[in-house]
Amino acid sequence: MNNLENLVSAAISLFDEMNNIADLEQAKARYLGRDGEITALLKGLKELAPAERPVMGERINQAKRMLEEALVRRRGYLQEKAMAARLAEESLDVTLPGRGMGMGGIHPVTRTMMRIESLFHSIGFATATGPEIETDFFNFTALNIAENHPARAMHDTFYVDDNRLLRTHTSPVQIHYMQNHKPPIKIIAPGRVYRCDSDVTHTPMFHQVEGLWIDEDVNFAALKGVLAEFMQNFFERSDLQVRFRPSFFPFTEPSAEMDIACVMCNGKGCRVCSDTGWLEVLGCGMVHPNVMKHVGLDSEENVGFAFGLGVERLTMLRYGVNDLRLFFENDLRFLKQFN
Amino acid sequence: MKFSERWLRTFVNPACSSEELAHILTMAGLEVESVTPVAPFFDNVVVAEIVSIQKHANADRLNVCLVDVGEASETCLQIVCGAQNVAVGMKTACALAGARLPELNIRKSKVRGIESFGMLCSAKELGLADEAEGLLDLPHEAQVGIDFREYYALDDRIFTLKLTPNRADCLGMYGVAREIAAITDTGFVLSDIVPVKDEIVDQVAIHVDQPAACPLYCGRVVRSVALDVPTPIWVTRCLERSGLRPVNPVVDVINYVMLETGQPMHAFDLDCIGSEAERALYVRYAQAQESLQLLNGEDLSLRENMLVIADANKPLALAGIMGGRESGVEQAKTIDIFLESAYFSPSVINGKSFELGFTSDSAHRFERGVDFSMTRHALERATAMIIDICGGKVGPVTELKHDLPQRDVVEVRLRRIEKILGVDLGIDLVSSYLRRLQFNFLVKEDVFCVTPPAYRFDLAIEEDFIEELARIHGYDQIPACLPKARMYMLPEPETGSTSIAQIRQIMTTRDYQEVINYAFVDKDWESDFSRNASPVALKNPIASHMSVMRSSLFGGLISNLQFNLNRKQSRVRIYEIGRCFLNEGSIRKEVEYVAGLCSGSALPEQWDVPEHDADFFDVKMDVETLLRSKHVRFEPAVHPALHPGKSAQILVNQRPSGWLGELHPRWLNKYHLPRTAVLFELRIDALAAETLPVMRVLSKYPPVRRDIAIVVDNDVSVHGLLEAMYAAKSAVISEIALFDLYSGEKLEPGKKSLAFRILLQDIEKTLTDQEIDLAVTSLVDVLGQKFGVTLRH
Repeated sequence: MNNLENLVSAAISLFDEMNNIADLEQAKARYLGRDGEITALLKGLKELAPAERPVMGERINQAKRMLEEALVRRRGYLQEKAMAARLAEESLDVTLPGRGMGMGGIHPVTRTMMRIESLFHSIGFATATGPEIETDFFNFTALNIAENHPARAMHDTFYVDDNRLLRTHTSPVQIHYMQNHKPPIKIIAPGRVYRCDSDVTHTPMFHQVEGLWIDEDVNFAALKGVLAEFMQNFFERSDLQVRFRPSFFPFTEPSAEMDIACVMCNGKGCRVCSDTGWLEVLGCGMVHPNVMKHVGLDSEENVGFAFGLGVERLTMLRYGVNDLRLFFENDLRFLKQFN
Repeated sequence: MKFSERWLRTFVNPACSSEELAHILTMAGLEVESVTPVAPFFDNVVVAEIVSIQKHANADRLNVCLVDVGEASETCLQIVCGAQNVAVGMKTACALAGARLPELNIRKSKVRGIESFGMLCSAKELGLADEAEGLLDLPHEAQVGIDFREYYALDDRIFTLKLTPNRADCLGMYGVAREIAAITDTGFVLSDIVPVKDEIVDQVAIHVDQPAACPLYCGRVVRSVALDVPTPIWVTRCLERSGLRPVNPVVDVINYVMLETGQPMHAFDLDCIGSEAERALYVRYAQAQESLQLLNGEDLSLRENMLVIADANKPLALAGIMGGRESGVEQAKTIDIFLESAYFSPSVINGKSFELGFTSDSAHRFERGVDFSMTRHALERATAMIIDICGGKVGPVTELKHDLPQRDVVEVRLRRIEKILGVDLGIDLVSSYLRRLQFNFLVKEDVFCVTPPAYRFDLAIEEDFIEELARIHGYDQIPACLPKARMYMLPEPETGSTSIAQIRQIMTTRDYQEVINYAFVDKDWESDFSRNASPVALKNPIASHMSVMRSSLFGGLISNLQFNLNRKQSRVRIYEIGRCFLNEGSIRKEVEYVAGLCSGSALPEQWDVPEHDADFFDVKMDVETLLRSKHVRFEPAVHPALHPGKSAQILVNQRPSGWLGELHPRWLNKYHLPRTAVLFELRIDALAAETLPVMRVLSKYPPVRRDIAIVVDNDVSVHGLLEAMYAAKSAVISEIALFDLYSGEKLEPGKKSLAFRILLQDIEKTLTDQEIDLAVTSLVDVLGQKFGVTLRH
């Protein structure tokens, strides 16, 4: 019977000497294969006396199990070792840069415009558009800017012919929209506008976002509330100070100019705010009854507010852009900073 | 509007600092652009008189002066001075020892061995001017010994208002004062005017031919006016601090009264009006061929829409805008004058500045509206001042009055105020605000019947008054509220419209940088890149290279390429989304496009990836990505901007929708491009989805792939082959796609080899080899018949 124990211990130590899976499988065959030693012992059982068979059988099977356990152990060990060796061999310099296509980006003015749109969409403003070549009627007359009105001199207008011009503001979109929709009306109109003016602080083309909300209870207090909320969200400063000053636009009455506390110096006074601590960011007011009349709305029934803001200006303030002209030079080194 | 704060405070003097006053004005809608001190800080400078002058013994250019400084010193001070205009008896400013001047401090010192006890000053040394020639030469009446700051009223600030066009009433001190009085609820006083009694009977006959244009005309003769006297310093100071240059006493008084009352006036040389026998003036429109030399020297050919003041023969002045040079008041010749104070309708003056290319203080006021209740008052005020300063004999006032603008009563309802402002002011507050504004009103229950004053041309409807009430109440006193409103969901169409945001996303992930170019471009670009001979042109372009509206986005992208290549950017991948302007006969269209340009390496330079310049097919993939799931064809076609052999028109659903191609080599030279580029342009509306995706049942049976390789003539297009195969394919073929292309030595010249992948799959069963072979063979047969292709093995 010592033979069987010797056999088991010899087999186990043989298994443990094997250094790869293939050798291990061969060693296994020597004991457990068809012609293996354990197999032979099991085959020899039938030559024993029937009374001895169960005892002997049980002992051989026990030995067999021990070998199988040893095999599994060694196999696991060898597999792990092989894996470790493979992994050691396969390791990368993970700090190498990724390969393939690069990534582009949107223009900073677009970035701001999308931000403005998404803030207003979040409270239910829809986006409307209109032509960039407008008629005198839509750009001026319908907005209560009469011919020869001094306010027309404030717009340096590009003319295409006697009646057609490049829109000087996005306000004509209000008119188009009101002609085709019944109140309640709640829109913003982003787009390009043109004025015949070019210097350090003016480009002949720039972007505006117009807003118009006509509904019950949309009064001057609401105008203040919505626009203050917008500026605070745009600049992500819930404590941003804002103020409204009386102003004049032919298409609103009352009219207001909105200032925010300078976001560069927090209202202390700096070059950007000309040491006033305030930045003029937007013109607004209650829609003028004459504008309502021009689009056939009853001004007694319908009250609402309108505003227009300059996108470049907000972009400059938000991202610290110090020269307006950079927006239209399209220098990739500038544009890529906003990606 | 620019004015001295000291002057303003003679009319209204609220108990607040300059800064507070500026803030109050700004918050009431009269934006204060700047508040600047009239002089920098200095002290210990007094008015002095030069008593004697001796040459400095050791310096040719220096003088030793004895100077009387009044009470500041018991004896005359000895002061060494280098100024050339120094003279005995001259009055000037003297900085005493211990004085602090803007750029230096004065001490007792020795100049070339001679003691000097102060310094005689020029305007520059006191910070009153940037340049100065010699000492300040003060008028003889200046009292020796008084503090110079006090004498020159230098403790003053200049307010500059940025007035909105509706507030013409604040183009005079009266208006500003009235406004401040209303905002701060303080009293204000206007100048006291005692009409001068007429001593002579002389009159100029006034004929107003156009009463609608000139509803009120006042004038009078003043004879024997002495123009060689100096204008008092309190007048010139106010003028200078308002940015006006003193001219002569009569003109100065007229300007002063205009600044004070807001009423522009004019003075004629009486001698230039007709003749001694007949002095008459006509207010009429100019006639064709008439001309006038203006005070600014301009020779003007008059147009028939211009109102003039003329004598019997010719125009003498452009009414309400500018006087004529010949009839102007000049010290050298004028003895008798005719003073004019009139009200010209804004509609007559409006737009003239723009037509003429210049404006004047007078036109600026008349086109916005002048207080016609002040017209006669201003004439009296000016007369009194002229008599006071220049002497003279006054004739009676001629006044012609016609229909002046009506000021209709406007009903302002308390309910409406609340509806517009969102705050209930109540009867008491509204009444007190209207009173402070000095508006006449009656209250009927909750309705105010308000009459606008003559000087307010901007108050005509209820809302105008609501703004006034809000201003006086203070915009900052109105609460900021988010309104309660009905909620509506915004429509989000998935078909029929293009999502610009989605296009941007695709372009960004495909490594394109967005640019924004001006929509007006060089005319050359239009003819070069679009062969567009009649672009939409601007009548008044800002520059010749921005004179026409673009009909293509290519020009902008090409100029961006040039700009960036010049800045050593080796790889340029840019796109723009914007409107193009098409001139189709009489119809102008605005079409939105997306366009892209690639130049340089297809991929960013990186390790282990061979570099190649982006070519037609690299960019085609970008275009195909934009047009995914659409029926698209690329047809060889010629475009002026593109290489004729490497360009395609893009057809979406058979409709021409854009272009793709390499830049035509001829433009490389002209536009100084060292390297070529591939461009594309697509109508945005072509990108809109037409239908929603509809799911097809997935097959449970495995797909089978068969490849075929064929040899065809080089000029056979892949699109043609695919189209033929798709048209003829059996239902079990789910996809046919090109996966390889070979042309080279192993083939006959003029031939190419193409390899197609064919995927077969049936929904209901596993395909047998026989079925598969049949389907593939039928494709090959079709290609054989139509294109004469052979299978390559």
